[in-house]
Amino acid sequence: MIEIKKPKAKTSCYHCGDFCDENEILIAEKSFCCNGCKNVFVLLTDNNLTSYYSIEKTPGKSLKQSIGNKFAYLDDPNIQTKIIDYIDAKIARLQFKIPNIHCSSCIYLLENLYKINEGVVAVRVNFLKKNATIVYDINKISLRQLVELLASIGYEPSFNMSDIDSVKPLNPNRKLLFQIGVAGFCFGNIMLVSFPEYFGLDNNTKHYLSPAFGLINLALSIPTFLYSGQDYLIGAFKGLRKKLITIDVPLALGLVVLFIRNIYEILSHTGLGYCDTLAGLIFFLLIGKWFQQKTYDSLSFERDYKSYFPISVVTIHHNKNTTVAIDKLKIGDRILIRNNEIIPTDSILLKGKANIDFSFVSGENEPIVKELGEIIFAGGKQTSGNIELEVKKLTEQSYLTQLWNNDIFAKENNSKVETFQTKVSKYFTFALLAIALSAAVFWAVYDISKIIHAFTSVLIIACPCALALSSPFALGNAMRNLGRNKFYLKSASVVENIANMNTIVFDKTGTITQSNDSKINFVGNHLSEFEKELIFSVTQNSIHPLSKLIAQFLDMNSDIILNNFKEITGKGIEANVAGYNVLVGSASFLNIKVEENSLLNTRIYIKINQEYKGCFVINHKYRKGLKQVISNLSNKYSLHLLSGDNELEKTYLQTIFPSQSELLFKQNPTDKLLYINTLQGNKNKVIMVGDGLNDAGALKAANVGISLSENTASFSPSSDVIMDAINFEYLPAYLQYCKNTMKVIYVSFALSLLYNLIGLSYAVSGTLSPVIAAILMPISSVTVIGFTSISTYLLARKMK
Amino acid sequence: MKIMFVLIGCSFILAFGFLVAFIWMVKSGQIDDDYTPSVRILFDDGTLPEKKEL
Repeated sequence: MIEIKKPKAKTSCYHCGDFCDENEILIAEKSFCCNGCKNVFVLLTDNNLTSYYSIEKTPGKSLKQSIGNKFAYLDDPNIQTKIIDYIDAKIARLQFKIPNIHCSSCIYLLENLYKINEGVVAVRVNFLKKNATIVYDINKISLRQLVELLASIGYEPSFNMSDIDSVKPLNPNRKLLFQIGVAGFCFGNIMLVSFPEYFGLDNNTKHYLSPAFGLINLALSIPTFLYSGQDYLIGAFKGLRKKLITIDVPLALGLVVLFIRNIYEILSHTGLGYCDTLAGLIFFLLIGKWFQQKTYDSLSFERDYKSYFPISVVTIHHNKNTTVAIDKLKIGDRILIRNNEIIPTDSILLKGKANIDFSFVSGENEPIVKELGEIIFAGGKQTSGNIELEVKKLTEQSYLTQLWNNDIFAKENNSKVETFQTKVSKYFTFALLAIALSAAVFWAVYDISKIIHAFTSVLIIACPCALALSSPFALGNAMRNLGRNKFYLKSASVVENIANMNTIVFDKTGTITQSNDSKINFVGNHLSEFEKELIFSVTQNSIHPLSKLIAQFLDMNSDIILNNFKEITGKGIEANVAGYNVLVGSASFLNIKVEENSLLNTRIYIKINQEYKGCFVINHKYRKGLKQVISNLSNKYSLHLLSGDNELEKTYLQTIFPSQSELLFKQNPTDKLLYINTLQGNKNKVIMVGDGLNDAGALKAANVGISLSENTASFSPSSDVIMDAINFEYLPAYLQYCKNTMKVIYVSFALSLLYNLIGLSYAVSGTLSPVIAAILMPISSVTVIGFTSISTYLLARKMK
Repeated sequence: MKIMFVLIGCSFILAFGFLVAFIWMVKSGQIDDDYTPSVRILFDDGTLPEKKEL
């Protein structure tokens, strides 16, 4: 094939959709932004896999970075055995997590991988979990080659320490599905057998059909009660032992009474029993439970530092590089860290220029330069070339991972609040028992034969099925609707937690600011090298964060002597340098009229010998809509800011946050955690919004932890909610939606009480029949389900 | 009307068959992924690549 290089044009890459710059490559009348993309296209074309491009437009991922020796550690048999699930003499099977699986084309390409390399036997993609199960021929392709093949077409599997340490859990949903299956089967058949009775059997057939139908019903209700309904019985029993009245208690009470009465009526031939009500009740309850159990499989809410670190690192021993798993590192080992790699453990810099980005770990904005012999803490990311380090501590004992030794990580979240359902069920159960007893007392006086009937009828008909359904359906729906807006909840109950909060604590770096690109530049007349030196020497002498930033930006060597250095707090600096008068500071300090003073950045103006030179513009890079978000939230919540960074942007932040907000800077991870604890100690219910490892403790300690992420597939610390940073501006709307969902639950609770009143009027009067129960129970459930589903849907439409 | 029992017996066997099929389905993991198969079914089974002669 012929390659033509074309001059600059605004075309997008056929493979990845990026704009093509001057390096655009044209092949078969299609443009590619880089060689990587072109190679994938050629590979796919040669293998008849061009459907990849017709299923979705520009499905690929830019491949400008080369793979190099990155996967050398996969040749290590120790690591191999941890990754491979099954292996024999011929084939091996394993499961990869592939974060880049994002569209239908991905599934197509991966499942047709065998066409590209004959060593691949079969690939099965699970789109929602973003993983692929691969079977390959170990004699034709090695694990490393397989991973490199995937990486070369843009589907690099992700490996980290926790994947390798953890045991793969089984699907927990299965038992519930079996229970639903059994309950559905029994419910359907009981209905089938009960119907003839409801419509009336003629007298010829009644005497032998009725008892038979009764026995069939009873037989069917046994597995429903004992197997499908067991969770409610066990739940109620466990609750009572802890002296807790949960929703399970009135439910279990109703179920037990129903079951006993069925046995009695059918065996004594005194009635039809309420088998269909029993089975229907359990069936609907289980459906509600299933609906609430949705989880986001591709996201992980329980990650700790282990999933942040790589699984291996290159060690240097007698000038020989070997790849070693991180947990095999020993103190004193010499390790090599390449550009953009993460420092796996506390160590000492031996060689190279270390420029470490700690923003994710400590919240500091700027990379930190480390000198030879200095300690570098684990978790930082090297940003300038290769360095060599000597290991000082093991990863589990490093400074960063100590945070996880805090008690907060040991205990399960019992700080969570009591749910509405639990609160209500207490009163509900007592009211129910009171009504049942007074009905019994009433009939004891007037008609003693009706005591048992009235008493049990009350417990049966008032069984809070609709009540038990309203929460799961409303919360489950809310969770799905929020998920569609990229606000992913760990579980549906988080909705209710969010609705009860009154305090929000924000992290700064990465949470309310965006974390990329340079953020300072000079606007104005061109500065000569000498003028730059003047400004540098002035700013270098100040400890003000803004001056430091400018000095860092100019980064020169200067030994000019300053005279008359004068710093006026809140305004600027005046100094005489080598005969020049230099003014650095705010517009008012320099007596300059500025037409617009944007709130999105801070400007520092420069005058040399009374001549205006221009200004340094420091972009805050705050997230879109931050001001709106804060002003919206400040009406309903008390707001706090905890930043690991210095006070550079304090003045600006004070203009955004309401005056009573606490803005704290230079907070280390433990400070943040303790601050949350203090707030909670003062009876506040706290939402923590954070992003990095430095927030991990605070996120865990808060009643609700929301972790903001630019890329939801990448690492985020353990939390209750993972939110896509793109939608940050909608945060108030999401929080409000949770509150509204609770209102929906209150209303549907009232609705279900209304049905209960109707049913109770039959029950206390002793006229409840199986037909009425069989009609009332499904109707009330369906009304509640319909009401909650529709209203949560309508509220969600209002959200945007 | 004794024929009723035969009919009920038949319907039970049928329904029980469905229950067993359901449990089998859940056990074999068919409901573990409820999205990917919906995409997979739309792919054409491309023919095996012909060896290109250069």
